[in-house]
Parts: sequence; C-alpha cells; structure tokens
Amino acid sequence: MSSATFLGMPPFPEAARSAVADSRARHNLHKATHTIRGKRDTVIDELGDDWQHLRAEGEAVKTHTLRHLDHYLEKLEESVQHAGGTVHWAADATEANAIVTRLVERTGESEVVKVKSMATQEIELNNALEAAGITAYETDLAELIVQLGEDLPSHILVPAIHLGRAQIREIFLDKMAEWGVPAPEGLTDDPRALAEAARVHLRELFLRAKVAVSGANFAVADTGTLVVLESEGNGRMCLTMPETLISVVGIEKIVPTWSDLEVFMQLLPRSSTGERMNPYTSSWTGVTPGDGPQDFHLVLLDNGRTDVLADTVGRQALRCIRCSACLNICPVYERTGGHAYGSVYPGPIGAILGPQLRGMSSEVDRALPYASTLCGACYDVCPVAIDIPEVLVHLREQVTSTDAPLGEKAMMAGAEAVFGSSMALDAVQRAAGVVRGAVPEHLPGLAGKWTDTRDVPDIPKGSFRSWWHEREEGR
Amino acid sequence: MRIALFITCVNDTLFPDTGRAVVRLLERLGHEVVFPSGQTCCGQMHYNTGYRRPAARLAVRFVQTFDGADAVVVPSASCAAMVRKHYPKLGRTGSRLSRRMADLGPRVYDLTEFLVDVLQVTDVGAYYPRKVVYHPTCHGLRFLGLGDRPYRLLRAVRGLELLELPGATECCGFGGTFAVKNDDVSAAMGFDKARHAVETGAEVLCAVDNSCLMHIGGTLSRQRSGMRIAHIAEILASTEKEYATL
Repeated sequence: MSSATFLGMPPFPEAARSAVADSRARHNLHKATHTIRGKRDTVIDELGDDWQHLRAEGEAVKTHTLRHLDHYLEKLEESVQHAGGTVHWAADATEANAIVTRLVERTGESEVVKVKSMATQEIELNNALEAAGITAYETDLAELIVQLGEDLPSHILVPAIHLGRAQIREIFLDKMAEWGVPAPEGLTDDPRALAEAARVHLRELFLRAKVAVSGANFAVADTGTLVVLESEGNGRMCLTMPETLISVVGIEKIVPTWSDLEVFMQLLPRSSTGERMNPYTSSWTGVTPGDGPQDFHLVLLDNGRTDVLADTVGRQALRCIRCSACLNICPVYERTGGHAYGSVYPGPIGAILGPQLRGMSSEVDRALPYASTLCGACYDVCPVAIDIPEVLVHLREQVTSTDAPLGEKAMMAGAEAVFGSSMALDAVQRAAGVVRGAVPEHLPGLAGKWTDTRDVPDIPKGSFRSWWHEREEGR
Repeated sequence: MRIALFITCVNDTLFPDTGRAVVRLLERLGHEVVFPSGQTCCGQMHYNTGYRRPAARLAVRFVQTFDGADAVVVPSASCAAMVRKHYPKLGRTGSRLSRRMADLGPRVYDLTEFLVDVLQVTDVGAYYPRKVVYHPTCHGLRFLGLGDRPYRLLRAVRGLELLELPGATECCGFGGTFAVKNDDVSAAMGFDKARHAVETGAEVLCAVDNSCLMHIGGTLSRQRSGMRIAHIAEILASTEKEYATL
C-alpha cells in the first residue's frame, strides 16, 4: 500500500504528448466531459438571466471576502471556538501535515477515514500520515478507486475520470483485499455491482473508524459552520460516525454568512455535476453534545494562498469553488486528461492556481500558463467569473520576465524589430516573395513543430501593402 | 464613410487576397478605404506569449497610426479583440496613453460587425455557389461577441449553401504560439476540427480570422481532404462577375 505523487512528472508539453496518443483515455474523457457539459448547460439555461445575476453575486461575495480575509478569518476562528471546536493555523503543507498527524496520534488510533478533499490532496496528507504509521482510507468512490490503483487523481470532481469500468473492476479485484473487505468473487463491470462492492468494502471502515479527516466546500464565518457537498453519502458517514473529526480547509473557503452561502448552493451543484441540487449537503458547527464527533479540529491552511492574494491580477483564482466546469469545457483538458498538468489541480484552473500556489520555480509550473489556447471557454462557464485567460497571460509575463527560453526571446525580439517599422516589414515581405517557391514541406527547429502535422500556406508573390501602393500609384 | 483598413501582419504577408477582398467589398458598398502605411502588427503574439513590453510598444505604434480614424476595420477578430480588449490594460492606469487606447478601442471593428452594426447591411450583394461551413473563432465568439452576425451575412449570399458545423464553438487549437509550444495538443484539436468540417460534406470552411484558418487549412491540406479555406471577406466580396476569377 502506497500513495502516488505528482513529484517528478515532466512539464506539460511532454506529458501531454503521451496523453494525446492514448486513444482509449481520450475516448473516455471525450464522452465523460461532453456528458457533464450537456447536463450543466441544461440546468443553467433553465435559469435564464438569473444565472448571470447569481454569477455576479458569487463573484462579489468572494471578492469582498478575500478583500477582508483577515477580518473573516478571525471571525471564523471565534465562531468555531465558541461552538466547541479547536482552530489550528497552518502556514504550509508541512505544518498542516504535522498538526493533523499529531491530532491523530493523540487519539491513539492508527487509521482515519477521509471525506473527498482537495486541500488534503494538495498537501499530500496521506503520504505524511503513512510515514507516521497511520493509514488513511479514502471513502469517496472515485478517490477510493485512485487510491486502490496507486494512481493519481485526474479531475477535481471525478478523480478517476480517466478510467473505464473494466479497469475499475480489475483494480477492485486486485487491491480491495489488501485494504479491507475483498471484492466479491465473480465481480462484473456492471456499475451497480461495482458500487455495491465499494459499499460493502467501505461500510466496514465507517463502522470501525474513530477518526475522520475532511475538507470543506465552505466555511461560514458568522456561525463557524463547515459545509460539504457530495453525491454518495460516504462523506456524511465520515462526518457523523467517528469520535474525532479533523477538517483541513484552505483560508479562501470562507463565506461571511448563511445568506452568502445560499448563492453558492445554487452555483456549485449546477456547475459541477450539472444538478439543481446535490444529493448530500452536510453542515456542522463545532461540537453538539451527544450527536456526531465530540472532538472537532479545524486546520486553516495557507500554503501559498496569501502570496496569491498579494497579486492583484492573480488573486481572482482564489475565488474558485472547485466545481470543475472549466475542466469539462476545456478542449485542451479533453485531449490530455488531468495527469499532464502534474498537480492535483488540473485543467484551466490548475494552470493558474498551481503555479501561483507553488511559486513558478519548477519547469512544470513555468509550462502550465502556456497549456491553453486562450480560447476563453473556461471564463464563460466559471460560476465566479474568474478571467482565466487574463491570469494565464499575466503568469506568462512572469515567466518571460525571469527566464524565457533564449530561442523564443530572440524570435520575439526579431519580430518586434520587423514590426517596429513598416519599411522593415516591407523588406521582409519582399524577401519572402522571392524565396516563396523554395519553402520545403518539412521545416527544421521550432517551425518543424508546425510542419510535422500541418502544411504551410503558399507564400504570395507580393504583400497586400505592395499591391495597395501599386494601385495607388496607378490612379 | 472613410474607413481605415488595418490589414494585420498575417493578412498583409500571407493572405493579401483577403485584404484585396475587403477593399473590393467596402468600395462596392460605396465607401472610401484608406490604408495608413505606417501600420505593422497589433502585438497580439507578443502579448499572448507574455512579452508585455514589446506588445505595449507595438500598441503605441498602432495608436499613433490610427488615432484620428473614424472607423478602423480589421479582417481578423483576434487582432480587433487585442486592440479593443487588451490595449487599455497595456498603458499605465490613468495615463494619457491608456486613455488614448481606451478611446480608440470602440472605433475598431471586426469586418463582420462593421458591416452589420455600422453599415447596417447583411445582404452585401455577394454570389458564391458553394457548400460552406462557418467556424466561429474564439476571439470572434467569446471576446467580441459576434454572435449571429457572420451567419446573417453568409445566409444573404446568393448561391451559398450554409451547412452546420458540429462542435462549432470549440477552439480549433491554433492559439498563436500554442501551435508550436504544445504542438501535439494543437494538432489533435485541429484534426478534430478538420474532421467535423469534412464530415459535413462542405467544400469550403470559412472564418473571420486567417490565423485560425492557416491552422485548420494546413491540417486539411496535409490530409489531402480537398476541402479549402476562405476568409469570410473573400466570400462576401465575390459576385457573379468576379466569381470566375476566384
């Protein structure tokens, strides 16, 4: 039993190359993303103009909260403490992992059940717990599949979106026994049979576990209430049955009040699963005597978020509510899948969030802002109006201002010199007109990246401007 | 009306037929076209690749060249979007330059929105007896919001049979330097776009941007598909008389 990691993955263009060549994964992804897209369109179209009003309201609430984050964080801390919970502050992944490990060790337990959580994936909590001899059991169906398969998540909402049901059956048959109740003999790849195998496997864990770890979709500052939206009910089992509950939550997850929460309860399900309402919404406020976990800890996670907040263009990424609508609409994601992005946050939002959280020093993070055609479809569907193309360009500026590839820098400088004067441009166009017949079908270097798959257009005898000037002279 | 033509560097160098078509079309509709000869490039490639300062210098050049124009017509939605949407961000906030850029922006039009919104024509008297699909490019669709304008113009062309392109709103995969920086993904997207177009049985794929068309057309040509590309200006400019020469 071990957990995989994104560390050591190649930068996007290289990772994408093998992903694009995997026709089965592409087929699975095309089908899955287009199905969710269709469902989303239906439940958003039915709202008419209301959708844009909701979207503007969601954007406004998040922008306001982020602007006054210091205030709302203290308010949240006060509310949670008042309701009987304990609040911990974690500056980075190491601190957060140490806090959670210490809290689990204090209970004397050596296993925890987990609710699907992006924050704990981000800090690789499972690996840290494993190093301390604590086993973390993922209980979200797709997270369970990924964990059993020693695989990595490839989608925010549907981490196993890259796998077909035949592959899932294999994983269940091979791996379930190592972790607990084995898969039944003769298991088929019928979705109902697979779900039942997972249900039986997980039920034993829910009944046994004394400690649960979760994230949260929202944290209401006013009352100290945490909220998780899910589809399966497995999250609810984790959140209600164990004695101790530890929730790791990014500091940007705050909303001020319940009436602000109401906006997101409409935005999130429609944007993520394409439903008017998700099947299970669990909310809990500190500790309620005799009901649910009697020991509750909230770990507030920074891990780069205050750095993102300091960037006036990039900070809008912190509005993200992890709905995945941008992944589902993205033509690049559809063809590469999530692993190519080298992080738990794939797709368009991952291309702007990951590099900002981690600091743009690695090859992977410097390639991500370029993993987009800037087509703008992500911005259109974003329920909190994050202008992803704008942030991508902003991050590209950071890449080129520190350490741009030399060849590209020279090409850009050359292009600027040509475009710096109409006479220089005219001279280049005339030269092109002379060599036009001699352009080979396959070009070397960077241009070869074009001619590998595409023909170059025929170079005309003369430019438009030369034609125009001849016409003017002839008048 | 006196119309300043911004031809764009790509059209100027590689697709002069598009420029000639724009001139022919606007003059046929009774307007005077001028070509400010100092023009070069809007700086979109620099801007989108993260080279902000060269882009800003080219933007200054553009503003100086077109400052006094009543209307600037651009046969490229992405270049029009560059000027209108991104130029105002290139000058320092509140500076004279950014004010000039913001002032010029609303007078810069993609060809199709200029025809429909400013000249208020949809039937431009064109003749083009071919089966055609229209690919709405991302900048035209999402950044300029061209909507049904190109379709209205195409539907009014005599002889033209407009077919529906499946997956029309999906990006073709060009994306400027994306086409070479992420060539595998770009090619995969281009391949799917080309396949959708070919499956309609159309003879011609048209769009409002030759850079996207260069990518799709390069793919169609490599596949020996027999389908050709045309900028929408070339379709709108053609008449019974001129059709034979196209």
